[in-house]
Amino acid sequence: MLDDFFTRALIAGIGVALVAGPLGCFVVWRRMAYFGDTLAHSSLLGLALSYLLSINATLSVFLISAIVAISLLFLQRRATLSSDSILGLLSHSALALGLVSIAFLTWIRLDLLGVLFGDILAVSRMDIAVIYGGGAAVLVSLILIWQPLFATTVNRELAEAEGVGPDRINAVFMILLALTIAIAIKVIGVLLITALLIIPAAAARRFATGPEQMAVLAAGIGVLSVVGGLYGSLEWDIPSGPSIVVATFIAFLVSLALPSAILRDRLRRNRQKAAS
Amino acid sequence: MHGHSPAALRDRPSVPDSQKKAGAEILVQAHQIGVQRNGRWLIRGIDLTVRKGEIITLIGPNGSGKSTTVKTVLGVIKPDEGTLTRRPNLRIGYVPQRLAIDWTLPLTVDRLMSLTGRILKAERQAALEDVGISHLAQAEVAALSGGEFQRALLARAMARKPDLLVLDEPVQGVDVAGEAALYALIDQIRHKIGCGILLISHDLHVVMAATDTVLCLNGHMCCSGTPQSVAEDPAYLQLFGPRAASIAVYAHNHDHTHLPDGRVRQNDGRITETCHEPHDHAHANIDDKAGKHVG
Repeated sequence: MLDDFFTRALIAGIGVALVAGPLGCFVVWRRMAYFGDTLAHSSLLGLALSYLLSINATLSVFLISAIVAISLLFLQRRATLSSDSILGLLSHSALALGLVSIAFLTWIRLDLLGVLFGDILAVSRMDIAVIYGGGAAVLVSLILIWQPLFATTVNRELAEAEGVGPDRINAVFMILLALTIAIAIKVIGVLLITALLIIPAAAARRFATGPEQMAVLAAGIGVLSVVGGLYGSLEWDIPSGPSIVVATFIAFLVSLALPSAILRDRLRRNRQKAAS
Repeated sequence: MHGHSPAALRDRPSVPDSQKKAGAEILVQAHQIGVQRNGRWLIRGIDLTVRKGEIITLIGPNGSGKSTTVKTVLGVIKPDEGTLTRRPNLRIGYVPQRLAIDWTLPLTVDRLMSLTGRILKAERQAALEDVGISHLAQAEVAALSGGEFQRALLARAMARKPDLLVLDEPVQGVDVAGEAALYALIDQIRHKIGCGILLISHDLHVVMAATDTVLCLNGHMCCSGTPQSVAEDPAYLQLFGPRAASIAVYAHNHDHTHLPDGRVRQNDGRITETCHEPHDHAHANIDDKAGKHVG
């Protein structure tokens, strides 16, 4: 079954979507979309490093992203620039630095488009093992830290006052985000990872009545989009990464057209009021 | 789980104004704490003790360091000088001054209750009933009115059965009638749970009658004591001017309860449409009588 490149692509894409959905909810709740972008762009530097030192690409991307994430965490606390500007500065600097260092590696022939937009149709069995191994590690860790991470997301001071250590939890979350980016990069590419994190979560919001429910829905919407996007890419011979992102965007548009959970809730409350 | 307070704490002079509870266990004690930001002292020289079963109210003008003091006591801000001693394993319930729930967060009132720890369903329900919003358990937090949200936050903090309940302006956004009811509820909570309560009053002129000690802050300790003694304190009058003489003490006599459907249950058990049925109506909001406290 795994001999077919399209089956491998489907399995890899579904694995990435299952991890990106729940993690993406936190990216949306914490207003960290730009932060995700910065991490994703810095992974290009990780790729260049992996070619330079001939080490595993996933490992080197993870290490660079994790280092950038943790240093951003500290930089934001004592910065004089707004965190928005710092992210903008670092995001594009990281992208440019990555492109420049790859250009210096003249002895490497690198498919730059594949790096930027993903090369899901070229995933190997090894890639699938890395995606499912790393993905399982991310999801299990996320479930373990769910309660304190969610409390810190709602209100940092409240969580800290009531005994949650927000600094430690935030650092763990950054590492999970870096790991997700590292395993997703082959499938969706440097420029489009953030889309797979936030669009399924945004689409799930209107149907969800609880945070846990929203995480599961986001994973589901992500999986549907991957399947739809890949079949679309096969059908019309279009690049697979952008095709998947377009599918998530369509899912988001559909969610806008349907009555949301909050609207249903209001209707129910009004009806109750009218009845009593 | 209630350990004895360290001997070092017992040797310090106790706050004279809370003598009736002076023997009670000390939950948290701040000694000459100060917090400095960018070369400026936000607060300095603050002494504060909260004991089990005691209500301490902080008042003071805007920027006088009320929230800074509370956050230091909570351990969110580290003091730059002075010492803070907390009883080990102190369980805290906190109602912050501002809590913005983004629309992107799908959060029902019921889920909010177990934000920082598991709470049994029956206890979540009971806490919501105590604050009078049990009918909103499944409502989205983002769709609540200011007063409903404030009640939900209070219910969440008390459902934790804390040793120390810290309330930063707990009645903001609540109308006058609801305000009195919430203050009465806060007084009940300390008897029911047996916790100490540290609260910031949003309105300088309204301090609960049940308060044991009022601390008036203005970056430093302006004065402290019982609500009456602070109202008469020259330092307090100087800080807030003649208008301040009208520090009002809520003495609220309940003779009826508002039901969720808008009807009213009188204390003699009758259910009526409004609270203005012919009967003794004893809301005593004493803003206009306050002259006698200082006169």
